[in-house]
Amino acid sequence: MSEWISRHPELLVAGLKAGVLIFVLLTAVAYMVWFERKLIAHIQSRWGPYRVGPHGLLQPLADGLKFLFKEDIILTNVTSRFVYLFAPFLSLALALLAVAVIPFGPEEFELLGTRTGLYVADINVGLLFVLAVTSLGVYGVVLAGWSSNSKYPLLGGLRSAAQMISYELALTFAVVGVLLLAGTLSLREIVDGQSGTWAGFLPRWHVFPQFVAFVCFFVAGVAETNRTPFDLPEAESELVAGFHTEYSSLKFAMFFMAEYAHIITTSLLVTILFFGGWLSPFPDTAAWNFTRFLPSVLTAVLALLFFRDAFRLTNQYHRVLTFLICMGLAGLAFLLLHPTALVLAQGPFWLLAKTGMFLFVFVWTRATLPRFRYDQLMAFGWKLLVPLAVLNVFVTSFVVAWRAD
Amino acid sequence: MSAEHWLFFFFAGVAVLGALNLILQRHPIHSALSLILVMASLAVLYLLLGAEFIAAIQIIVYAGAIMVLFVFVIMVLNAGEEERTSLSRVAKFVGLPLAAVFLVEVCYVLYRAWPSEQMVVPERFLGRTEAIGKALYGEFLLPFELTAILILIALVGAVVLAQKEP
Repeated sequence: MSEWISRHPELLVAGLKAGVLIFVLLTAVAYMVWFERKLIAHIQSRWGPYRVGPHGLLQPLADGLKFLFKEDIILTNVTSRFVYLFAPFLSLALALLAVAVIPFGPEEFELLGTRTGLYVADINVGLLFVLAVTSLGVYGVVLAGWSSNSKYPLLGGLRSAAQMISYELALTFAVVGVLLLAGTLSLREIVDGQSGTWAGFLPRWHVFPQFVAFVCFFVAGVAETNRTPFDLPEAESELVAGFHTEYSSLKFAMFFMAEYAHIITTSLLVTILFFGGWLSPFPDTAAWNFTRFLPSVLTAVLALLFFRDAFRLTNQYHRVLTFLICMGLAGLAFLLLHPTALVLAQGPFWLLAKTGMFLFVFVWTRATLPRFRYDQLMAFGWKLLVPLAVLNVFVTSFVVAWRAD
Repeated sequence: MSAEHWLFFFFAGVAVLGALNLILQRHPIHSALSLILVMASLAVLYLLLGAEFIAAIQIIVYAGAIMVLFVFVIMVLNAGEEERTSLSRVAKFVGLPLAAVFLVEVCYVLYRAWPSEQMVVPERFLGRTEAIGKALYGEFLLPFELTAILILIALVGAVVLAQKEP
């Protein structure tokens, strides 16, 4: 066995990268919940979580422990026990799988004697892979709703199935416009095709020629993740909690994590397709060379903010913890000045910065907009988004064909 | 045997077992889930042959769209477990042996037609996305458009049938 592994180091490397990615993603999911609670609270003039750790930073840990120790109620009168237990696993597994093909940066490095990049898998049809995996995500919701043998989950599952099928069309049509410009299905090549600038300062991102597609994609993406204003499958005033009403403890947490992992995947995908992925928004000239130090500088600023808090906070434990975080961030800032780290960090920094912007928009929408009515939801998807996306495909293909002549 | 061969035999086995399970299950949802499993393992087999585009489309179209509709319909109709009657005598004594004979025949013909070393060749299919697109919109443009019109007619027919009587 060990001999076989030593002959195939790429498998070990892939497994290692997958493990790291899943760990990072699950941590990001936990802190996404913190980010959402904090942001919505501030939008509504509240404090949000602030008791567990400084600024409530340990809240996700506490939440996770709580989920772990809650009583796990497994219904006995379910329609199908296997499906009932399988649905949350399916949901989470598919949500985590989609991130495997996302490239986080252009740089290649050496790991265990294998040249590899900042991705788990670089496949030629990466975009189709993401679409395929997210299109399977509906099963988790539908099967959970059906197998619970209860009215509210069933209605939630049915709503979710109808909604996801409807908005997947708009989502896919919106992607076609980008594909026509990029001419490839590989996520890495799509990003590479967006390098350079128009007129010396405007980056050649797809969002400028494909603004309509971007709007369609983002709205459909919000609908696909079952978020407000499209969260009818789990509308609490009508359906209690929708498809996951009958789940408790860690099984509920799995649905919860799957939803937030979907949000992160959608944001990453929007960034890669329309906003140039890991490319820096600044022109690639000597005058703008100083922007390479932004990751380090921003980390240092964050460290300084925590340093200030270490003297301002009233709770002793919070002060100590804040100081430790400050030290960690300062160390990271120095580490990012190292030439190799400086080069390697550029891609992930810009990708994650842009992705963070979209995560902010996701939360902002939830804090601002009320929920759609069901007929409005269907009319909006079929009568506005789909025709708009198809029109965009028409116009784009005409322009591409005209340019090619 | 290389890793590709192991993967082939594993997923081929999963596909066959899934297909058997599809028939043997009593509940329609379980059968539908088995069918999804079969589709997914077929996609992996396409992937092993190097046909990435077809593998992805297999998942998107069959597992992601068509089977969702199946599951949706089963849920809306709230179909319960099917009731089994005991096998009729004809099915037992003629049908099962005939099916077995047919299976052996097909295997024999396939085995004779292609020598075993040519059966599983990873990366043999080199039709990349671009090649498939060029073939569909070039050489096979007419059949492609005809299929599109056929589907459109079926779509219009479905809408007409579903319409309420005036």
